[in-house]
Amino acid sequence: MLVIKNLKANVEGKEILKGINLEINAGEIHAIMGPNGSGKSTLANVLTGNENYEVTEGEVLFEGKNLLEMDPETRAREGMFLAFQYPIEIPGVSNATFLKTALNEIRKYKGQEEVTPKEFLSLIKEKANLLGMDEAMISRYVNVGFSGGEKKRNEILQMLMLEPKFVLLDETDSGLDIDALKIVANGVNIYKNPDTAFLVVTHYQRLLNYIVPDFVHVLYKGRIIKSGTKELALELEEKGYDWLIKEEEMENV
Amino acid sequence: MNSKSFYIEKFVDFEKQLNGDSKTFFHNLRKESIKKLNEVDFPTTKNEEWKFTDVTPIIERNFIPSNLSTKIEISKNEIDNYIFSGFDFHLLVFVNGNFVEGLSKINELPKNVFVGNLKTFQKEKENLFKDNINKFLVNETAFNLLNTSFAVDGFAIYVPKNVVIEKPIQVLFINGSEKENILVSPRNLLIAEENSQVSVISNYRGIKEEKYFSNIVSEIFIDKNAVVDYYKVQNENDNSFHIEKIQAYQKEKSVFNQFNITFGGEIVRNDINTKLDGENIEAHLYGLYMINGNQHVDNHTFVDHAKPNCMSNELYKGILDEKSHGVFNGKIIVRQDAQKTNAYQQNKTILLSKGATIDTKPQLEIFADDVKCSHGATVGHLDEVSEFYIRSRGVPQELAKSMLIRAFANDVIETIKIAELKEQINHLIFQHLHKIEI
Ligand SMILES: Nc1ncnc2c1ncn2[C@@H]1O[C@H](COP(=O)(O)OP(=O)(O)OP(=O)(O)O)[C@@H](O)[C@H]1O
Ligand SMILES: [Mg+2]
Repeated sequence: MLVIKNLKANVEGKEILKGINLEINAGEIHAIMGPNGSGKSTLANVLTGNENYEVTEGEVLFEGKNLLEMDPETRAREGMFLAFQYPIEIPGVSNATFLKTALNEIRKYKGQEEVTPKEFLSLIKEKANLLGMDEAMISRYVNVGFSGGEKKRNEILQMLMLEPKFVLLDETDSGLDIDALKIVANGVNIYKNPDTAFLVVTHYQRLLNYIVPDFVHVLYKGRIIKSGTKELALELEEKGYDWLIKEEEMENV
Repeated sequence: MNSKSFYIEKFVDFEKQLNGDSKTFFHNLRKESIKKLNEVDFPTTKNEEWKFTDVTPIIERNFIPSNLSTKIEISKNEIDNYIFSGFDFHLLVFVNGNFVEGLSKINELPKNVFVGNLKTFQKEKENLFKDNINKFLVNETAFNLLNTSFAVDGFAIYVPKNVVIEKPIQVLFINGSEKENILVSPRNLLIAEENSQVSVISNYRGIKEEKYFSNIVSEIFIDKNAVVDYYKVQNENDNSFHIEKIQAYQKEKSVFNQFNITFGGEIVRNDINTKLDGENIEAHLYGLYMINGNQHVDNHTFVDHAKPNCMSNELYKGILDEKSHGVFNGKIIVRQDAQKTNAYQQNKTILLSKGATIDTKPQLEIFADDVKCSHGATVGHLDEVSEFYIRSRGVPQELAKSMLIRAFANDVIETIKIAELKEQINHLIFQHLHKIEI
């Protein structure tokens, strides 16, 4: 579904991604771990088209199409979705207006009918209930006055509503208590199917108990220095990153 | 001929067609004003209060006082395009400063209330008129004198003690003429007695393409415990000139909520003054203006804290596109007597293009020692991370920008208490900025 080849990217003139290679197939869940500042969010932003990040080399194919040529809205309509590490507040625009606008843009792109207000309302209520969210938040302004945990849940609500093919979760677990974590993971697991794929950025093994990855990658200084299966996450939890970093440095000598 | 001599000369013709009205108290005021106008000059940018607003384009033209110009007919259908609707209100309509009774609609009102035009008010409530007109104006400029000289009519609202007027009063001012460049001089008076309440919406609209000059003075007297909501929506032609002084005078425990929504013109200048002359008064000044092209909007506010234990709160926001120019000057005086004053002021601006500019200046003069005063000004652009967030959900860039404009304006829009008015202003914002509506 997604093929990343030798991807390099700069932020404000500084190289942050230094040649990422990764292939993710439909039905798979990949986890990306790595120390602070290693480039995890940068990768997520580059894949979803944030124009502050400049791609200097490499290629990304999304279902065979050249992803890097598309603007952010086109990527979304093609089926990319990023649950933000720091979701944005939009005063004056309700969750309902926001999501209905987004959903209809995506449907228009796919040549589908727009949803009627009634259909939309029952759909969003259903999804909100699934995530244990108060229905009142449907009419509240996007993320305004939401707690950290509520914002993360709201990201997952957006995912459920927009039905993307490829989902990036950027530290969606941070700031969640254990119950909220289970609810969010449950939302992801319900949504997961053979046609979707996930790339989950996290610092904690904890999330991966609930969202079980097929592959785990370690990002360090803009490169994937190790890939493995879910056991790698357990090993990292136990031993930290030092041993891997040392191994990597030895190889480079 | 310079415009001052032009107006002084025109005053002679103007007097002639006043007939019986020329013997009145009102007319004596006019005569005094035209005399004073002879002695003062129109402000220039050398004047500190007018530093950023060059009025040359206004005074290099001779605008024919509307009462000497050809009358304009407006139909009932036309009115419907301009009024804010969807809620119950009393309606007063003025075309080029003259009251049009046939288009106005006053529903049932409590006894002794007056909702109508100033011309009638000066006859029916002569003493109230004399006691209040031209009483509280501060920093009278040549423009204010010009208004008093040629003012014939405007709204007059009198709410007696203990009366609450439930429905808002909408005053529609339609200005402009296709035949001449005219000067329109509405003169408005609002008197809210002890314990009374009233909500007024002044709705200024331009109709004809010829340049015109709306030069307005509005006086608002708010007695003990009274609450006045005063909305001003200026939505005139992009090439028109508009100058207004709103002067409020508040007594103890009164509340004044002023909403200043401006869509611009070639030059727009608002002076919004309130004097807090009693204890436990509240004054809230909210402003929102959105301009583009070569428009120029200058908002000057002046909050005069004269007595202790009062609060004033000011929030002004500007959205500036293309080559437009905004000015905000927020003056607060806390006089020696005014201990325990709380005065807040915020001015925020977003620039939607490189060519747009803003000059913003707080002006705090504090003579009491036990006061809380804060002010802040920010100038920025639409946030790129927020824009990316919205687009990453499939929303096109233009619409994402509209959402961020709405987000920026939100805290001022939210203060509008009439839901339908709020919605219609929201609509006008996007229409005026040529942006997709959300
Ligand atoms: N918009 C930006 N402007 C400047 N520097 C940036 C920006 N975004 C990222 N960087 C820099 O790029 C590097 C990688 O940041 P990134 O956010 O991708 O790390 P991360 O792996 O997600 O870290 P964390 O685990 O703390 O979330 C950091 O050094 C960061 O300071
Ligand atoms: Mg990060």
